[in-house]
Amino acid sequence: MSDPRHYQIAVLGSLLAYGCLALDFAVGWHQIVTLVLVALGTQMLASRWVDIPFDWRSPLISSLSLCLLLRTETASATVLAAVITIASKFLIRLRGKHVFNPTNFGLIAILLLDAGWVSPGQWGSAALAAFAFAGLGGLVVFRARRADVTWAFLLFYPALLLARAIWLGDPMAIPLHQLQSGALLLFAFFMISDPKTTPDRRSGRILFALLVALTAGFIRFVLFQPNELLWALVCCSMLTPLIDRMLPAERYRWQTAIPPLSDSDPTAFRVQPKGVLAS
Amino acid sequence: MKRQILLAVTTLCVALIAAPPVAAFCGFYVAKADTRLFNEASQVAIARHDGKTVLTMANDYRGELEEFAIVIPVPTLLEREQINVADKRLLDHLDAYSSPRLVEYYDENPCRRRFDMLKVAPMGRSKTADVAEMEARARSLGVTIEAEYTVGEYDIVILSARESDGLTTFLKETGYKLPSGAERVLGSYIRQDMKFFLAKVNLEEQARQGTTYLRPLQVAFESPKFMLPIRLGTLNAEGQQELFVYTLTREGRVETTNYRTVKLPTDVDVPAFVKRDFGKFYKAMFEEQTRKHDGRVVFQEYAWNMAWCDPCAADPLSRDQLQQLGVFWLDESPQQFGGQAQQVFITRLHLRYDGKRFPEDLMFQETSDNSNFQGRYVVRHPFPGYGDCERGRRYREQLPERREKEAQTLANLTGWEIGDIRARMEGEGVEFPADAPKEPWWKRIWN
Repeated sequence: MSDPRHYQIAVLGSLLAYGCLALDFAVGWHQIVTLVLVALGTQMLASRWVDIPFDWRSPLISSLSLCLLLRTETASATVLAAVITIASKFLIRLRGKHVFNPTNFGLIAILLLDAGWVSPGQWGSAALAAFAFAGLGGLVVFRARRADVTWAFLLFYPALLLARAIWLGDPMAIPLHQLQSGALLLFAFFMISDPKTTPDRRSGRILFALLVALTAGFIRFVLFQPNELLWALVCCSMLTPLIDRMLPAERYRWQTAIPPLSDSDPTAFRVQPKGVLAS
Repeated sequence: MKRQILLAVTTLCVALIAAPPVAAFCGFYVAKADTRLFNEASQVAIARHDGKTVLTMANDYRGELEEFAIVIPVPTLLEREQINVADKRLLDHLDAYSSPRLVEYYDENPCRRRFDMLKVAPMGRSKTADVAEMEARARSLGVTIEAEYTVGEYDIVILSARESDGLTTFLKETGYKLPSGAERVLGSYIRQDMKFFLAKVNLEEQARQGTTYLRPLQVAFESPKFMLPIRLGTLNAEGQQELFVYTLTREGRVETTNYRTVKLPTDVDVPAFVKRDFGKFYKAMFEEQTRKHDGRVVFQEYAWNMAWCDPCAADPLSRDQLQQLGVFWLDESPQQFGGQAQQVFITRLHLRYDGKRFPEDLMFQETSDNSNFQGRYVVRHPFPGYGDCERGRRYREQLPERREKEAQTLANLTGWEIGDIRARMEGEGVEFPADAPKEPWWKRIWN
């Protein structure tokens, strides 16, 4: 388990099994198979195109995340989601780094195209403990230097919900209910934590977490739109290159056997087996 | 430092998991004077498209009409034309159309091949001050009477307020009996920039209408908020409240985003006696399923394109009825199916709520999911004859097992005692496997 992505695959797979068996997720086996195969296939073709070795882990993680979050009616939407998710890693790049968390980008693209939906309420509140432990365990094994973004987000966003409740004079049951959300934990542990699309320096990541929390609050409580976390992440990811420029630091690399190359190298893809969790 | 942050956050997470939910409030109705309100079963239809919402609200209020008074938080101020009184039959029809249904099949002669569907039983739910002075006083309390209208049998006042204590005082002075905790909830709505819609019954108008019940109130407004304020109602209601929400949207199914939406169990075979007690069955099933989910879910009972149904518990609503319910986008869409309504997708949601399990108002989203769903329960009557053939013999042998399965299903769905169910079925001449010697497994291999 030298590569934290193996652990992520196991956790995401277990959550998916739990969701399908215990929570009756509206995702069929054919959708799961389609998402996984199309994601792997797209990664394979794209790897060949840019001439880097094929790595199955990242696309598998991306596709499992899509299985957990994306709900579609048609097979074409399912295929499209997997293609957009993986292709975004190869096509939308800045300074040798992909800009968006691939799953996040794929989900938002499908929402914009009105080809599918995300059910933030699907987890209920019973799954909370399982989630929290999976996430905490993940961070322990992960030991990635990027766990700070998760902690920072889990500090800022609840603080925001709490502050709002105090300002409105609402009982604590309301922010607690808002926090007992599987969607929130999945986002915090498995999406915003993506080391490939968060700023390189710690201070940058904490700033990033703050921006995501504030944007999500704005979308939820001012614009009254659902899926505020996904929208907030996609908006703030566009600022990551700017934060990296202001607060430069060394680029994150997965703990794999592939020798690192310099960022200036035109084949710099090789040093960046893409994405964590949802990448 | 790092460890401290980690510890703090971990503590927070544990607190989130362990903290007992704090009681809150919900709902629509606020009692005036000391009348008990019977708002246990409210029905709300929400027609919504493109940020425009039409709410139709009905409850089964059975108290004295002069005691009736409601306060509804609304996102915007409302002009006279934005308020309407609807025909109660619209919601009754919506209810009948979307109700869980019992389908009855009669087994064909096992020695002949034919299949008839005979009957569909629709399942209805069990039957289902002086102005100038008031304005001056309101002003002094930081409450603005934005408008006053008489619409149908209702006197309606639209209020906005700066502070909850001013609003609370004003409401109390005008004869509203507010349950404890109301001030806090009203304060929250004020800060969320909500306005207040007050309605009382105008007895003269009511007498002129000649109806003995209150017709549903309708309001139309434009707001990005796709929600239903349920917090006020739990303040005065005793125990849990029942709420049916029918959404009429253009693209697809509606679900709650801050509570889990669960499909009601459907498409199962149940014993024949359920036909006589279908109302009880539905109620028991709903209660048992709610209990199984710890009362924290919203049930989806129906989701269908309004153009048709199969089997139909009631006809789909006509174009005119839909328009009365606020479906304003019909003109834009092409007419199909002999002029029947198109581009209207209905979702029926059903929940039993209290402040503890539903602390927050219901938030909705429309999905692009337009797959159809209905609560459908099947009674299969066995073929009465013996069926004079090999297949007929096997058919008879399988019947007891089938009955047992139906009994188990019913017990599982409703929480009824399996023994009682079996006894009731046996009273109707049904046999169970224990009474029927089983055929050896190898008999059917080569024969």
